[in-house]
Amino acid sequence: MREDSRQTPETVERFLDSTLGSVDSAEELAVDAAQRAGFDEDDLMKIGMAVRESMVNAVAHGNRYNANKKVRFSVVSNTERFTVRIADEGDGFDFSRLPDPLSEENLMRASGRGIFLVRSFMDEFQIRRLEPAGTEVTLVKYMASK
Amino acid sequence: MSVKLNTRQIGDVSVVDVAGRITLGEGSSALRDTLREMVSKGQKKVLLNLGEVSYIDSSGIGELVSAFTTVTNGGGQLKLLNLTKRVKDLLQITKLYTVFDVHDSEVTAIRSFV
Repeated sequence: MREDSRQTPETVERFLDSTLGSVDSAEELAVDAAQRAGFDEDDLMKIGMAVRESMVNAVAHGNRYNANKKVRFSVVSNTERFTVRIADEGDGFDFSRLPDPLSEENLMRASGRGIFLVRSFMDEFQIRRLEPAGTEVTLVKYMASK
Repeated sequence: MSVKLNTRQIGDVSVVDVAGRITLGEGSSALRDTLREMVSKGQKKVLLNLGEVSYIDSSGIGELVSAFTTVTNGGGQLKLLNLTKRVKDLLQITKLYTVFDVHDSEVTAIRSFV
């Protein structure tokens, strides 16, 4: 992280349509906010990718591109943490049984790497079921220099 | 920018120059369609030049894996050329870097096909 980083607290919140265009929008919003927060190019790439993967899950798997369902997207940036929350209105899934994409049986699968990449790129990653419906993921990148 | 594909032939090797973003949607499906067409035409030696790929997500990685599986199951070979740092890092993180035969020289890559 740059030493001259501006760490002005910031909050961004949007309700996005369940489209691939929203995936691009969310990624751009997150990367722009992360840039203002002072993250370097490597972290910007990681944050952007983690947001993209999470948004794809919300849009494609959670809301299934349903025009009547929205994705709630927020970024909260302060002096200690850069936090992105993404919530869909889907039916939820059993996230305790996510397949390991690195296992021999799954390595050559065409899909199933999204959450693994999010966990690889962010410092914290949490999933929770929402009531009455939906799933929310929380992605955190620490502001402190590595 | 989405993905731009240019196909050229060098001897019996089909080279696909890929530029832009290989992401879920138009980008990954364009790559998939091009490779499927090649396989259906019986092309056995495919070299994906990824030197101008600016961005790839997990769907794009999945398309590379699918392409590899499709070509090799058909008795062919698929190799990668000119990986950018981003693509290389992603393939390494996902333990796929050693699955592919990766080259940084087109001449060497072409010669490596048996």
